[in-house]
Amino acid sequence: MSPPVASRIAARDGFVAHIGRRSLETARALADVRTWSPLLMGQMRRLGVDSVPIALFIAVFTGIVLSLLSSYIFTGAVPLYFVGALVGKTVMMELGPVLTGMALAGRVGASIAAELGTMKVTEQVDALETLAYDRNAYLVVPRVLAATLMFPVVTALAMGVGITSGWITAVNLLDLSTPEFFKGLKLFYQFKDIWFGLLKSASFGAAVALMGCLRGLDAKSGAQGVGQSTTRAVVLGCEAILVLDAFWALVLL
Amino acid sequence: MITIDGLTKAFGAKRVLEGVSLEVPDGRNTVVIGYSGVGKSVMLKCIVALLEPDAGQVVVDGAVVQAMSRGELAELRGRIGYVFQFAALFDSMTVAENIALGLVKRGLDRDTIAQRIEESLAVVELSGTEDKYPAELSGGMRKRVGIARAVALKPHYILYDEPTSGLDPVTSAVMDQLMVRTRDLGVTGLVVTHDMRSAFCVGDRIAMLHEGRIRQVGTKAEIQATEDPVVRQFIEGRP
Repeated sequence: MSPPVASRIAARDGFVAHIGRRSLETARALADVRTWSPLLMGQMRRLGVDSVPIALFIAVFTGIVLSLLSSYIFTGAVPLYFVGALVGKTVMMELGPVLTGMALAGRVGASIAAELGTMKVTEQVDALETLAYDRNAYLVVPRVLAATLMFPVVTALAMGVGITSGWITAVNLLDLSTPEFFKGLKLFYQFKDIWFGLLKSASFGAAVALMGCLRGLDAKSGAQGVGQSTTRAVVLGCEAILVLDAFWALVLL
Repeated sequence: MITIDGLTKAFGAKRVLEGVSLEVPDGRNTVVIGYSGVGKSVMLKCIVALLEPDAGQVVVDGAVVQAMSRGELAELRGRIGYVFQFAALFDSMTVAENIALGLVKRGLDRDTIAQRIEESLAVVELSGTEDKYPAELSGGMRKRVGIARAVALKPHYILYDEPTSGLDPVTSAVMDQLMVRTRDLGVTGLVVTHDMRSAFCVGDRIAMLHEGRIRQVGTKAEIQATEDPVVRQFIEGRP
């Protein structure tokens, strides 16, 4: 093995170990309920409720495109009511969670990394520790918990809006009636479709928030350092979503 | 008493502290002077375990900081106030919330917290700024709020990191008065600075950190009369 490859693997190994250590520290900080519990609701609003508009915006257009695309594929080959099946299955199991996760990786991951990075380089994180707070309990746990709880809620809304927009598109732009669309939607529906998507989105939320926190708390001094941390948080959040997506597909399908 | 014993710290290839030893006696202000970048702030951060030294130890009231558990460290930090160079106020919180944060952690009730906020702001002569945000304050006011945040905890020790840097002479003098007043309240102070006027005003004992070690330590009079060329050059500000 050539040295550059070896060093790249060593660096990646160090990074994975670093994430593992920080995850353990975060898990240990869960016991400090008095510190993180008062902050949880505020973070749920910031990371979850405030992300609803962007998630729904994406869901509307995803539903429209899926409806048109499936009609284009099925016309002349498969009964058109399968449009409902494809829109429903795809939005609930894959595109709803993943596209919402990606959008929130940008919004939530960047926001967390920039905020914590700025706190780090202006010594606010050190100040917190000198006031006897555990940085993980105060900064990391409420964000990770809030994202884990709120990503599925936002994703559920996105699923509903995506399917609705797909239905409206099918009725208005395709030669499909409402009963036909819902016939297709119910055709292959299983309850697992929903909880599979929501479970995935919860794991995406945890990963995105954790990456944002880790990168933010590792920010090097200066505005450039905060900018780099923010970029890396978004990239890592998106990578984590894709890896977890494949993981859940392997484990649960 | 704080005892620093053989503290060594390097960042990569750069060795910052190379065996710093210093005693900080109770009830007095000890000032550590030295050139910028010599490791004064690093030494302070090692005292409250914000940084882990490569070798050596810090002993506070008989307990070794580097051997403390998380719980013991939290208890220790409750006894040590820390005033940061750039104040390090939480910019999303008001002045009152900044001061209250450490008090909430100690489980004090609402009335006591309100009283402590009022008292500590009175000490730094900033009464009436409770609802202002750090961005609305001048640099000097932010540093005074930083002192108020430390004083409100009623600590045994306060560590001051460059408390007068970047301030105009009048505001610097106000900061000096505050540090003297805080000492008179019975709080032991450890001040790091390169402002000699401030050092002579505030310090009961002065130590010079140079090339990773304590070059000289003594009373104000001893330092003023020193014949050590390096210390002389620094206190006289000669190039």
